[in-house]
Amino acid sequence: MFGKLSWDSIPYHEPIIMGTVAVIAIVGAIVVGLVTYYRKWGYLWSEWITSVDHKKLGIMYYLVALVMLVRGFADAIMMRSQQALAAGGAEGFLPPHHYDQIFTAHGVIMIFFVATPMIIGLMNLVVPLQIGARDVAFPFLNNLSFWLFVGGVILVNLSLFIGEFAKTGWLSYPPLSGIIKSPDVGVDYWIWSLQLSGIGTTLTGVNFFVTIMKMRTKGMGLFQMPIFTWTALCANVIIIAAFPILTVTIALLTLDRYLGTHFFTMAAGGSQMMYVNLIWAWGHPEVYLLVLPAFGVYSEVVATFSRKPLFGYNAMVWATVAITGLSFVVWLHHFFTMGSGASVNTFFGIMTMIIAIPTGLKIFNWLFTMYRGSIEFSSPILWTLGFIITFSYGGVTGVMLAVPGANFVLHDTLFVVAHFHNVIIGGVVFAMLAGLTYWFPKAFGFKLNEAWGKCSFWCWLVGFFLAFTPLYILSFDGAARRMQSYANTDWQPLMIVAWFGAVLIMLGIVSTVIQMIVSVRDREKNLDVTGDPWDGRTLEWATSSPAPFYNFAKLPEASEIDSFWHDKQKHGANAHLSQGPYEDIHMPKNTVAGPVITLFATIMGFALVWHIWWLVIASGIGVFVSVMARVFNDDVDYYVPAAEVERIEREHQKRVEMQA
Amino acid sequence: MATNTLTNHDTHAHDGHEHHDTGATTVFGFWIYLMSDLLIFGTLFATYAVLIPGVAGGPSGKDIFELPFVLWETALLLLSSFTYGMCVLAMNSGRVGQMKSWLLITFLLGAGFIGMELYEFHHLIVEGFGPDRSAFLSGFFALVGTHGLHVTFGLIWILVMLIQLSQKGITPVTRRRVLCLSLFWHFLDIVWICVFSFVYLMGAL
Repeated sequence: MFGKLSWDSIPYHEPIIMGTVAVIAIVGAIVVGLVTYYRKWGYLWSEWITSVDHKKLGIMYYLVALVMLVRGFADAIMMRSQQALAAGGAEGFLPPHHYDQIFTAHGVIMIFFVATPMIIGLMNLVVPLQIGARDVAFPFLNNLSFWLFVGGVILVNLSLFIGEFAKTGWLSYPPLSGIIKSPDVGVDYWIWSLQLSGIGTTLTGVNFFVTIMKMRTKGMGLFQMPIFTWTALCANVIIIAAFPILTVTIALLTLDRYLGTHFFTMAAGGSQMMYVNLIWAWGHPEVYLLVLPAFGVYSEVVATFSRKPLFGYNAMVWATVAITGLSFVVWLHHFFTMGSGASVNTFFGIMTMIIAIPTGLKIFNWLFTMYRGSIEFSSPILWTLGFIITFSYGGVTGVMLAVPGANFVLHDTLFVVAHFHNVIIGGVVFAMLAGLTYWFPKAFGFKLNEAWGKCSFWCWLVGFFLAFTPLYILSFDGAARRMQSYANTDWQPLMIVAWFGAVLIMLGIVSTVIQMIVSVRDREKNLDVTGDPWDGRTLEWATSSPAPFYNFAKLPEASEIDSFWHDKQKHGANAHLSQGPYEDIHMPKNTVAGPVITLFATIMGFALVWHIWWLVIASGIGVFVSVMARVFNDDVDYYVPAAEVERIEREHQKRVEMQA
Repeated sequence: MATNTLTNHDTHAHDGHEHHDTGATTVFGFWIYLMSDLLIFGTLFATYAVLIPGVAGGPSGKDIFELPFVLWETALLLLSSFTYGMCVLAMNSGRVGQMKSWLLITFLLGAGFIGMELYEFHHLIVEGFGPDRSAFLSGFFALVGTHGLHVTFGLIWILVMLIQLSQKGITPVTRRRVLCLSLFWHFLDIVWICVFSFVYLMGAL
């Protein structure tokens, strides 16, 4: 009746897991209780859950990603604690089967359910505003993408207390992830959570590519686009071209596990190295999908807070395009040790090193933008400075790993771990926190507290170097990655230093949480009345904060780069306030289809994990029927009357005038 | 939305520059989706190519492909692309009745193709040459099966369009959907030509 699922699937005997479940249950109950007490279910449903507003979806992406950041970080600090303890015969507090799940979950969560959704959330919030559009090309698909991502999040978290998660490392290489070595449900949770969220990401890629290509406002050619939009465009090209490979690779692994096929098995002609090739043909572009928009954030921040146009706009664009292309021809550097021979390794080594050229160019562009600018040392620019230093280190260690000879020594050591945290934390996480501070007023209408923002920055920066420099050092002594325990007690002091770094990073995360609370409390003091709190350069600052749901009462024009900035210089700060007469605005309607389709799809994923075939069929029918209901629904859009637009705009103008 | 607004379905014409979900954008988006889908097939073709030698003592392509059978299968699908083209021509001259007839013929041809493919799969599995026999057969079933799943999805889509055309006739929405389905259907045809040449013809050599 319930497939492989039984009461034994719940890990009662694991105090750490049961404790986590208890905390999640208590927090969940408090949230549900508060929403019920304040009677906000209706509001949540009509204003958020069913919303097709790209700004609200962006906020929800960020919110879920921040929650998952806490989950992923909890995994991280458990690993660091384990390695600080388990030296010279000591077993630490995590048994191997649990430790293996934790490092797998940490990687999966941080990449798929923290970094990717933060990037996508930021694109949602910013891109349509920057190109002067009223929404995205396919608002319903946007809502569906978000919910599919949430479906993946739900499956990953379910694995915590029903069954287990994969013990295979974040990319689940066969034959370890095959049915013989991993007969449990862990890999299946991995499969179905990634498939759900992966479909969502692919839809997002198509959606935003079309949005940027087709919906730019009057006068905005490709080379008048803000640089963040350019990086988002390239990131979407990567999604469109790379995610299908992930979909197929995971699907083939699924067939191996469920139907006994032989794509990646050791027997019957299968090839496990084909899996490794395929997964990295997706995986390497994926990291550029993360870091390119991060570069975009720094470009916006550095220009705004230096009060100068970005140095070398065209070079920046072409560097971004070059990296996009190169990202698809370097995948083999993840496994030089495969032994494909000197010529193949040389090709991929050189290609990898070439990426350092456009990236270095970008670094110089940011430095030259700051050169002789009047820099305001707000927290976004601190994140940017921290990034330039940290990321340069990460880039250099990346070039070291690109040398096949060196790579044979460093492969699967802590050097690799330190390198990719160097670029992902220094590149992506810093950017997401800079972007959070920078665009927060646009989303909510008030600024974040600066003191706590700076506190978070220093904790992250110092914490990062304390946590990962020891790993570089240990790797030269041969310390492998993913060790549950180790014999060499000489390593323990540095492991303890690394643990201390992780604690500092925790304080950084706590600072961000306090920053949110303090900022909400003091919001009246930090109101962004004009909609342009930083004296910005791009179109998202040309509308009120928070932006009205239709974004722009009248679509702005953009004839040059930073045209909003130039307009302000020529015509004064308030010249962009729109004057009547207004027209009716065509907008998409909210829809229940996204959440409902996802509900059935998530149940289907759960049923597939546990081999509950009748439920697979039932929920599959649910997906089909809810898709059909959407297909046969013509009532998907409406018009906002001109009078309503006028009322909202007048209100905004009154507030601006009162402040002036 | 918090605002109280009226619904207006009939004035799409004065849409101006706010063009979400109008025809051209959707068709462009569908093209982009197809390119993404093409990469799914590209990956499967690459996988298949790698696994061709992995017969594990079982049959190779030469032993199991029956070219005359596949030729008829191919003929059905190619013909269905032609009939779908006729459907679009009928739409352009505003003839709903003709459209539906051509769609129905396309459906029957597509269903015939799927029927033949299922017969071939069934035949192979019964002989002991199922996808779990060898890596080569795994790759074969995955590639051809994924194409078959796409065609099946297209068949469902044709049924939906038959219903919607009966309910609503030719509207901007149904026109857009018929055009997207047209892209989809011809796309699957092109993929099948690659399957036919690369898998069956070259495999039978």
